[in-house]
Amino acid sequence: MSLMEGFPHAPGAWTGNLPVTNRYTFGLAGERFFRAIKDEGRIFGTHCPKCNHTYVPDVSFCERCLSELTDWIDVGIVGEVHTFTLLYENYDGSRRETPEIVAFIRFGDGGLVHRLGEVDPNATEIGNQVEAVFKPQSERTGSILDILYFKPLH
Amino acid sequence: MTTKLIKFPGTALGEDDFSKQKVLFNYDELKGDFAWDTGIAIGSYLAGLKAGIILGARCTTCRKIVVPPRLVCEWCYRPMEEVIPLQDTGTVNTFSLCYVTWDMQRVKEPEIPAVIEIDGASPLHGIMHMLGEVDPTKVHIGMRVKAVWRPAAERAGAITDILYFKPIEEK
Amino acid sequence: MGLRKVAVIGAGMTKFVRRAQETAKELSWQATRMALDSCELTIDDIDAVCLGTAPDSFDGVHMNGEYLSDGAGAWRKPYIRSYVGGGTGVFVPIQGWYHIASGLCDVVLVVAEEKMSSYYPHAQAAFMTIFDHTTERPLKPNLLWIFALEMNRYMQTYGISKEDIARVSVQHKRNAAEHPCALLGDANITVKDVLDSEVLAWPVQRYDVSPVSDGAVAIVMAAEHIARRVTDKPVWVEGVGWALDTTHWTNRDLAYPRYVEYAARMAYDMAGIREPRKEINIAEPYDPFDYKALHHLEGLQLAERGQAPQLYIDGTAARDGNMPVCPSGGLLGVGNPIAAAGLMKIAELFWQLRGEAGKRQVPGHPRRGLAQAWGDLMQVGTVMIMGR
Repeated sequence: MSLMEGFPHAPGAWTGNLPVTNRYTFGLAGERFFRAIKDEGRIFGTHCPKCNHTYVPDVSFCERCLSELTDWIDVGIVGEVHTFTLLYENYDGSRRETPEIVAFIRFGDGGLVHRLGEVDPNATEIGNQVEAVFKPQSERTGSILDILYFKPLH
Repeated sequence: MTTKLIKFPGTALGEDDFSKQKVLFNYDELKGDFAWDTGIAIGSYLAGLKAGIILGARCTTCRKIVVPPRLVCEWCYRPMEEVIPLQDTGTVNTFSLCYVTWDMQRVKEPEIPAVIEIDGASPLHGIMHMLGEVDPTKVHIGMRVKAVWRPAAERAGAITDILYFKPIEEK
Repeated sequence: MGLRKVAVIGAGMTKFVRRAQETAKELSWQATRMALDSCELTIDDIDAVCLGTAPDSFDGVHMNGEYLSDGAGAWRKPYIRSYVGGGTGVFVPIQGWYHIASGLCDVVLVVAEEKMSSYYPHAQAAFMTIFDHTTERPLKPNLLWIFALEMNRYMQTYGISKEDIARVSVQHKRNAAEHPCALLGDANITVKDVLDSEVLAWPVQRYDVSPVSDGAVAIVMAAEHIARRVTDKPVWVEGVGWALDTTHWTNRDLAYPRYVEYAARMAYDMAGIREPRKEINIAEPYDPFDYKALHHLEGLQLAERGQAPQLYIDGTAARDGNMPVCPSGGLLGVGNPIAAAGLMKIAELFWQLRGEAGKRQVPGHPRRGLAQAWGDLMQVGTVMIMGR
């Protein structure tokens, strides 16, 4: 007889949680990237001359050759939609009437994942040129959300 | 190397770098809620606690009695099928007087966690629990203690069905 | 045994600080870059990367080891990540070792990193997850409990006083005053300072505990034919060992770390060492708490049970003694970024055995050293023996 058969009223499950709270520094490269977004409304990358690769967001070292990178480059605020998706479900699983558009927007050899706005979801296409729309400077905190969304360039 | 190297990397920050916003940072939180299956062995252990009994398991090959019970003997890897009731008295194997809580808040009255070797189990086999109803200065290794149970109606099938262990009065 | 000879040929590390501005990736890169520069190799010379870091829940980052792979130079390379708690620092070079000893790779980069400051407000709360979720966490335990309970039992079993144990903290912190990366090096600390420090969980007091830290360490390991070309002072891996004990820690003998003994014996057998006390010139046991250094020295068979304090009393463990213990300053002095601390000891032995440890140098041309780490659910022992 299995042990459990002798104890039919044994509790079947024990509930609990993982108390994990974090505080992240943005790092040496991240500090520069987000200060530029916060204070200047500019997006930066770094260029590795050896590998001829421009990382966006910026990084302090090249992952290909491990050199320290110091070529900070303003990559502008206009990028190209490399791919996108239309989200019909919210974070909590509830249904959305109009989809949220999340895109990967190419800058340099990297890019940013962000939302698209001021655009008809059905008119969104890979290859569209889009421009960052920032919050007013006084409202920015040094976060990726300081960019509200990207809108099509006309 | 260290005789030649003079500069080691790493940028130290102080707490006021954060409070004065000299560096950028953000907060985050993991939402990890779990429902763990108690399993056959611990499930019976908890059921035993609800009934006011501490259970152990015996390996007939190794002649060891362990607590809490488990399904397999760690020493010979055979199934440990005999679940047996142990006593609710024991001996303090070790203890500590703790003045900080689990999240590092200071407290005045110490909590007294201890490892208590349960009577009926093999020597050095015990469980962790708290000591109560005792003067912290009088706690010692080797002290004889007995479990203080929650009233039967309030027991839920948990380790906290034992409130704490208290010293057995010397006769 | 059919295993090739493996040497450590380069090492680098970051400072160990309470909280670093660098992200975990950047810390890993800084240590990696330094290790490669120290032996004048580039990332293209590396065949594989082994990394050890904290479990995902501490940094709140899923697949934390893989997340750090770019900083560890693992872009498009064979990569393996492992974690055995504090034992990681000596476990991950063992992985690097068998990558090469087996003949699969010739040059391997081994990196260990941990950023404990990202757990906020205090890393201790994360350690509640070490306790069994059903039978122990409802008691709201604190990581200090396990150490305090073990320390008390150890003291009681052998009649060791708090003063005997405080001597370890004093010596290690004084040693660390000469380590450029140390967080808590203090050339003037005394036994009285330790005994007067705040009681956290009796018998554990504040200066008995090593500080929570951020840091990263990296070493480069190579097969014999490459090691001999790159440097004229390769430090050979002579023995490795690792062992795991039961996670039911309340069913164990807390006064003696049997799992460290098993790991040590495995390493001694491999190295052909019959009399460790004679043949080990430098010992770097794992010392997150001061009593742990004593506990481990006994498990490593470098002292009789209950007799380890004597090494600190009669000067054997001093830097100029017969068997210096933790000339680096150990975790108590340099810092404790958990997964990286053991690798710091390996780097220390690397520098010591080559005569490059500067002010921390053990005199007399030490030939052989042992580094040991411990951790996981308080039950893993990992050992590496290095020699010239």
